[in-house]
Amino acid sequence: MKSVPLGVFIIMALAAPAFGQMLQAAEGVTARDTPLDAGSSITLTWQPSPDEAGRKVQVLAYEVWRATRAAGEYERLGEVESGKENYEFTDEEAENGVEYFYKVRARGERMSTDAAPAGPVKATAEWFHPDRLNMLVASVVLAAFVLYFISQARAGKELFIRRIAGLEAVQEAVGRATEMGKPVLYVPGIADIDDIQTIAAVTILGRVATMIAEYDAALLVPCSRSLVMSTAQEVVKEAYLEAGRPDAYRRENVRYLTDDQFGYVAGVDGIMLREKPAANFYLGTFYAESLILAETGHSVGAIQIAGTAMPSQLPFFIAACDYTLIGEELFAASAYLSREPRLLGSLVGQDLGKVIILISIIVGVVTAFLAQFGFELFGRSIALEQLFVVK
Amino acid sequence: MDGLTLLGTWIAALLTLCILSFLYKDNPFYKFAEYLFVGVSAGFWIAYNYHNLLLPNLIDPLKGAFVVLLLEGRLDFRWLTIIAGLLGVTMLFRFFPKAAWVSRYGIAFSVGLGAGLMFIVYLQANCIYQIWGTVKLSPVVITEGPGGQHFDWPTSVSNTLLIVGVVSALVYFYFSKEHKGVLGSTARLGIWFLMVSFGAAFGYTVMARISLLIGRMEFLIDGWLRPAVIAPIQGALASLGLL
Repeated sequence: MKSVPLGVFIIMALAAPAFGQMLQAAEGVTARDTPLDAGSSITLTWQPSPDEAGRKVQVLAYEVWRATRAAGEYERLGEVESGKENYEFTDEEAENGVEYFYKVRARGERMSTDAAPAGPVKATAEWFHPDRLNMLVASVVLAAFVLYFISQARAGKELFIRRIAGLEAVQEAVGRATEMGKPVLYVPGIADIDDIQTIAAVTILGRVATMIAEYDAALLVPCSRSLVMSTAQEVVKEAYLEAGRPDAYRRENVRYLTDDQFGYVAGVDGIMLREKPAANFYLGTFYAESLILAETGHSVGAIQIAGTAMPSQLPFFIAACDYTLIGEELFAASAYLSREPRLLGSLVGQDLGKVIILISIIVGVVTAFLAQFGFELFGRSIALEQLFVVK
Repeated sequence: MDGLTLLGTWIAALLTLCILSFLYKDNPFYKFAEYLFVGVSAGFWIAYNYHNLLLPNLIDPLKGAFVVLLLEGRLDFRWLTIIAGLLGVTMLFRFFPKAAWVSRYGIAFSVGLGAGLMFIVYLQANCIYQIWGTVKLSPVVITEGPGGQHFDWPTSVSNTLLIVGVVSALVYFYFSKEHKGVLGSTARLGIWFLMVSFGAAFGYTVMARISLLIGRMEFLIDGWLRPAVIAPIQGALASLGLL
């Protein structure tokens, strides 16, 4: 029992120097709009309380408080642990255009001291990010190439596209389905319509559907997204109209199954087993379902044409399908099948972009090689970083 | 294991077996599980999209904006979400055949926006980063060692393979010229590089798929068979004095 009062005495004796001393506030508190961002963010910086360095009174943490008026009611946003040379805190929940005041509170064991409020400061969104100028230049140059070649194609210039093996087989696949009296199954991937691969898949669907309408075969398009279904219905309807067979269009054949990845796979597998399609197309964005679909399609004896720009799924399609469009071939496919000037011009414009990429790589590698032997070309280290590093 | 958990485990196990029965052939059990899966997941995603897309991105901001209008008498930027809402409403016109054309505005906006946004993403990730990753490589790397400079052959070989692989694969994706002569040979080398990388990816992903199968089998054995089938049988036999 004697040890308790003695312990209390010792603690009080140790803490005695701290009593009667005020904890000093954090110094140099600044609040500013976070630069080069999309807004809704204010960054605070400050230096530690002199007590933190002097260790007279222990500073446990710095709390950050926010109000819309300097003398208003402050709300606590969070805290930063002590023990640093410089402190930074980012308020990610600021409303754009609203003036805020911030207080940094140095918190000790028994007392807390506020620094003078910093502000007013408003969060704003920047329209232009100077560090991403290279992206802007690359986009403008690429767009200029594409527009130039589109205008050339529209003016009647013949633009050459090399043979793409997988696409040569489209007609063969549709013909086979017609001869066998079985449907063609077209799977446009599992991503939504804002995915560029889905857009490519739906564009190709238009060309395939025209061919199917001309051959008078049946087309089944199970979709995993409602927007893709709506778009696919429009595209297939247009295709049947273009082929002069609007009566053959069946809206219910372009149907929605489910957004769920494996629920969709189960549904498509069921369609394959019961409808026994003669030709399967898997074009678009695919993930783990790629092999399940391709294996099931193979087991029902369908000719299979796949295409995706997902590197992790390409091996499965290559292994289980008859033809596979690899990466950019998927995007080139619509131009190849339709021969439309807009698409052809776009493809040739992108090819010119690739030539520039190739030249850049070769120049970069040569300069890196020469740098090994002490030569410098074009001030290599600075120039190349400025060109290609995206912040 | 309480009664509800036991019931859930039995349902999960039986549905797993129904799906696995597909390995034999299409059958009524698989059909039942398939229809249930498709139906339940479609319903789930409707609720999920309402709570995670519609509510936080449209309904809540509009509610907040309405409150600000009522209390402070000013219009704030959140009213802009009404444009997205209206575009969404255009989709519903598909239910009225005579006005179905209105839905094309919503679709066109989604397609255009998606293409525009992804243009920058693809350009940055697949083009600019790829160039930067390659241009800094030297096919010959000399490093400083304790005995002076020496030729770092493992890094040099690795860099050379990377440079040749990137250049030849890029040539394969060049569509405006027939792949003949030097262009053809380089493109063929490119497809070799691609196939080797696909082979490596194939092996890696097959391993991951096998681990998924193992996980499902573990559930069947440790999560269902032992606690929900074998243990109750053993308990019943023990209570009858047979064990």
